[in-house]
Parts: sequence; structure tokens; C-alpha cells
Amino acid sequence: MSLKQKDLTGIASLSAEEIMQILETADSFKEVSGREIKKVPALRGKTVVNLFFEPSTRTRTSFELAAKRLSADVINFSPSNSSVVKGETLLDTARNIEAMQADIIVLRHSSAGAAETLARGVKSSVINAGDGWHEHPTQALLDLFTLREKKLEFRGLRVAIVGDVAHSRVARSNIYALTTLGADVRVVGPPTMMPACIERLGVKTFYDLDQGLQDVDVIMMLRLQLERQGRALFPTIREYSRLYGLTTERLKIAKPGALVMHPGPINRGVEIAPEIADGFSSVILDQVTNGVAVRMAVLYLLSGAGN
Amino acid sequence: MNASSTQTLLIQGGHVIDPGRTNGIADVLIEQGKIAAVGANLTAQGKGKNGSVQIIDARHKLVLPGFVDLHVHFREPGFEYKETIKSGTAAAAAGGFTSVCCMPNTQPVNDSQAITEFILEKARIAGNARVYPVGAITKGSEGKELAEIGDLRRAGCVAISDDGQPVMNSLVMRRAMEYALAFDLPVIDHCEDLHLSEGGCMNEGVVSTQLGLQGVPAAAEDVMVSRNLALAELTGARLHLAHLSTAGSVRLVREAKARGIRVTAEACPHHFTLTEEAVRGFNTLAKMNPPLRAWDDVQAIKEGLRDGTIDVIATDHAPHATQEKLQDFAAAPNGIVGLETALSLTLVLVEEGVLTLESAVAKLTKAPARAFSLNAGTLASGVDADVVIVDPQETWEIDPSRFRSKSRNTPFAGWKVKGRVHATLLGGRIVYESSEAR
Repeated sequence: MSLKQKDLTGIASLSAEEIMQILETADSFKEVSGREIKKVPALRGKTVVNLFFEPSTRTRTSFELAAKRLSADVINFSPSNSSVVKGETLLDTARNIEAMQADIIVLRHSSAGAAETLARGVKSSVINAGDGWHEHPTQALLDLFTLREKKLEFRGLRVAIVGDVAHSRVARSNIYALTTLGADVRVVGPPTMMPACIERLGVKTFYDLDQGLQDVDVIMMLRLQLERQGRALFPTIREYSRLYGLTTERLKIAKPGALVMHPGPINRGVEIAPEIADGFSSVILDQVTNGVAVRMAVLYLLSGAGN
Repeated sequence: MNASSTQTLLIQGGHVIDPGRTNGIADVLIEQGKIAAVGANLTAQGKGKNGSVQIIDARHKLVLPGFVDLHVHFREPGFEYKETIKSGTAAAAAGGFTSVCCMPNTQPVNDSQAITEFILEKARIAGNARVYPVGAITKGSEGKELAEIGDLRRAGCVAISDDGQPVMNSLVMRRAMEYALAFDLPVIDHCEDLHLSEGGCMNEGVVSTQLGLQGVPAAAEDVMVSRNLALAELTGARLHLAHLSTAGSVRLVREAKARGIRVTAEACPHHFTLTEEAVRGFNTLAKMNPPLRAWDDVQAIKEGLRDGTIDVIATDHAPHATQEKLQDFAAAPNGIVGLETALSLTLVLVEEGVLTLESAVAKLTKAPARAFSLNAGTLASGVDADVVIVDPQETWEIDPSRFRSKSRNTPFAGWKVKGRVHATLLGGRIVYESSEAR
């Protein structure tokens, strides 16, 4: 079993069948993480390089754990201690890594399209671990995996994505993934945080959170990037929180038993009330756990080890 | 410029188009580097030292005034690894352009007589095309203090512009327009509100949303077009608007012209040929400023060209080194080379019925020459014999490795196009011949 493509640069290029194939593969790897000895030899002898140009703890650690549980050799490479600061281009850096026989490069970069640019330039498989505001495909896949684990059916599932959609790769990947699987997706936030023509991506827009939460099965909160306050997107964190923060009262507007998700790291008391983050509706830590299984599945399928 | 040829030439049997003057089969006689006559069945008497006459057979070809490009970046001084005046003018000749206006965003900026003279001297040595420098509006193109515009004019600048770093302060722009009136010098603006466009790297629309790239809204251009038209009305200055890309700009200019405001406008081949869709796949060769826009904008640009709102086709020839365009999309520089593809892309408008052949030629010759008061773009008797001979039927594949330009950054590589420059004459001297012509 393997994916048809060499790389995973985004959800936009995946079919519903491919998405389901990844989720089904992740099922079997989730079981591995529950064992006493959390390791299988599937990627023994393969080299995975985590090439992270942006600081990240959880995604990098998740990929590292995933690769190690598949018995791959893992190298972490970040620009602060590399030649990148000496002016080497992304492509040259990657070609050097490839020359050391890296099988898979996991890339996190602040520029949209960095993963696609890299994938075109190297023979190694490239996994996009987040490129600017473009995509973060493994985040969307682990979100889907978590919903599926909670026995939710994607077709007709009503999902609200709340927050700064314009600057969110998590939002884009989830919009592509959920709409491909037939979910009914809405985005909620101030107009300053909605990108142009967003409805052409097959979603509905709400500027009012209470309206946007009506009858939803799932609420995906996006992290508010606090540093954007000075960029005229919202006046104050206080006002944002009052208008778009998820509170216990607001949660009651959604369907009974609605799930609350967040890609992390969360701003407690800003976009999400602490009692919700820690409450029974929250699947935030399930998302983290499932991240490892989903990334194991992606690494496995791209490595061609299943062939 | 190198001395004109003393050779007498007779270009025979071509379809001569000198917009507004001639459109039909005719001969063109060139003596002492000047147009001596255009007409049927001309005969030539050898003059000059050797007394011979060179006959050029132009049957089945178009014989046109050398093209005039109001907007090129030749990168010298400062960025000679991208282009030099020598390589840039060679590219011009290969594309049929005999007169080019080079923008001042060099390093240092062309805001002084010394830089203008340097550019003119380099152009004279190269001898491939006439180079008309465009001077800066403000010192260092910093948008604060006026450059020595009188000096620039005297040294040979034909217009002023802070291209790429548009003057944001409307009072400074007003004063520049007023001051330029003293020299009857056109003021060019690259219309972009730098606050609205900040951080943007492609058109704002569905494609930028899908790709997660920061967009530049059409309004960033429209706002500044509107401001500039208001200032032109206030001051009475000669305003020239560079590379219009939006439907809104076209509408505003059309209305301003109807009200009698002195304004001319240009459009670039990429803006009437491609849409924002070309950016998909994060194609840095489709990254330019103003960005490629939406389909409706492209239609509006074509309509503006058709109804005369847009006077001029200019290339915005913007060479960049390969490694610069290999960077990630946001980091890659804006712009594409255009001199060697402009003719073929313009002829598509003729094929589509947007322009007649004569009006297409006018937008490459007579109209730009008039916009900047250049003594070029015509085959009138007595003017310098700048002539381009075009094979309108030849189909060819655009191959950047064969460009005369130092740079290869074009989104049109591999395109099959029709209509090709066969030979280019500058002052009666052949400065370019296609391999088929040789």
C-alpha cells in the first residue's frame, strides 16, 4: 500500500479515497502507540529529516516520535544552527540533505509554497509540516482521524472553523479535507480575518459567532496570533475575546455533545475558555495523541515500505 | 549612438505600416541613415563612399517603424548580473525595439545628471538601440525631496518616475507635477498604494486564498490612479500611467480622458495575456508587480486597448537572475523579461480581433513616441531610419535560452507563437537579423 504521489504538500491534491486510505492506515499505527514496546520495523534503514525553518515543538516532536516508532533514523535540522543563516537557498539546503540519502524530508517553512517548491527540486519525498498560510496537511488529517474515532460521519457533518481564517494554514487544510469528504463547513470570524472569495472554497461565512455555532457538530477554534493586534485586524484582544471567544454559554448554542477542537498552542481565556479546553467536549489532547499515528501513516505510505 | 550608416538601402515589396500615414505594399528608401522616401516602385541611386545600394527583399513581410518601449529595466548601474545596457539593448533589437526608456531604479538611482550621462554613454557604446533615460521624481526615489528634474531633463531624461517605489505623499506628487510643467516633462506613476499592498505578492482573489499567499487588491492600484488623475487635473501636468492592470484603472482613465485630462496609459503583454491562474503551483515566473489579475481585468485591459483608453503597449522588461526566481514565492523578486516576446503576444490581439494590425503597430510605435515626445516611431521622410521587418506568418517556440537578454525569467517559455522579427535597422544599420534572415 502506498500513495500515488511522491510527496504530501497539501490536502488540496488528495482525493477522498486517498484521505480515507491514510486514516485507515493510521488506525493500525494507533494501536502500536498503545503497546508496551512502541515500535515496529516498517521504516528500518530509512532516514527522515525534520527540516524546520520555523520554531515548532509539538509538530516536530510528533513527526520525530512517529518516525522513531517506525524505526527510521531521524535527524532534526533547524536554520539557527545551519548554513541557512549563511545565505544558502532552501533548495540548496535540501539538495545537500538529499545528497546524504535522506528518504523523507519533513518541511516547516514560513513561506507558502515552500514544500511544493522543494518537492519539485528533490527526489526525496517531501511532507509539508506547515508552509506559511497555505497548508498543514497532517494537522487536518489528525483532526479527521479524531472525528472518525469519535464515530462521526463526515458526510453532512456540520463544522464551524472559528478565528483568523485568512492567516491559517490549519483552516485551509481542514476546509479542503472536510469539503472533499462531504462535510458542511462554515467559517466564523471578523471580516478582517476572512480571505477574499473564501466562499468559492465551498464554505459559508458568519461574522457572528452565536449564529455561526447554530446546530454545529464540531467547533474548530483557531489560535489567535496575538502579535497581529497591531496590524488593524482587530482592535484589542479583549474585544476579540468577547466577540469570538468560545465560552460555556456559547457552547450550548451548538448541538448537544458537540466536539471542540484546537490545533494548539491555545491562548486560554482568549479564543477558548479554560473550562472548555479542559472539559468533556474538548478533544484537544486526543488530537495530539492521534497526530503521532497519522504521521506514522503518512511516513509509511510515502516511504513505499508497504509495496 | 553609433554613427548612422552611410549605406543606401532599399527595402522592397513589403507591407509597410506607418500608422496614420501608410498601410500597404510599398518600398522604403534609406539614405544617410534617414528615411528618404516611402512609396511604390522606388529606385535608388548609390550615394556615399562606395556608391552601392543594398536591396532588402521584404515581400510577404511587414515593414514597420522600429518599436518604442516606454518601460524597461536595464539594471545598469548596480545590478549588471541581471542585465546591462548592452545586453538589454541587444534584447530590444531582437524584439524589434529601436527606442527604449529605461527606468531609474538602478543602484544608485538615476536621480542625477551624472547617472543619466553614464547611461547614455553606455548606450552609445552598445549601439543596439536608442536609450532614453527616465529620471527619478525624488532624490533616491525616497518620495521626499524632488530630484534635480531640470538637470535630468537637460542631461537627456525624457520623463520622470519613481517606478516601483511610487510617491506616496500626495503633496510631493503635486509639486513634482507642477515642477515638471516647466519642462513639459511627462510624469509617470506606477500606481500602487503601498499600505494596501504591503506584504502582498499576487492578486488578491480566490487563487491567493487557495494558495495562502497575501494578496494585493485591485484597489491598491485604483486608489492611486484616482489620486494621480485628480492631481493631473489640478496641475495640468502630463501624466503617464505605467502598466495598468485592473478594470477599475481602465474605467477611471477612460472617464478622465473624456473630461479632457492630459493622461496617457500603457499596458503590458503579460497583463492582457495571463491571469492570476498562472501563479498556481507557486510559479515565481508569474510573479510581477502589478500582479497578474483576474479574467475580468484582462478583458477590461483589452477593451481599454481597443477603445484607445490605453494608448501604449510597453513591456516592463524586468530581468532577474535564475537563482533569484528559484527562491520561494514570497521571497522571489517581481518581474519578467518582455522585449523578445512582446511583438508575438501583441499580434495575438490582432488575431483575436481586439486590435487592427495598424492600431497594434501604433501602440508599439507612434503612440509611445508621442506620449514622451520622442522623435521616433514613424517612417516619415527625414527621420532616423529605425525600421523593423517582421515575418507575420512565422510560427516559433519561445526558448529563453536563445534570448539576447542576460536573464531568462519568462512565463512564456515553450509557448508556440506567431509573428517574428526578421530584421531590425537602427539609423539604417542592421542591428539584428534572425537566423533565417542571415
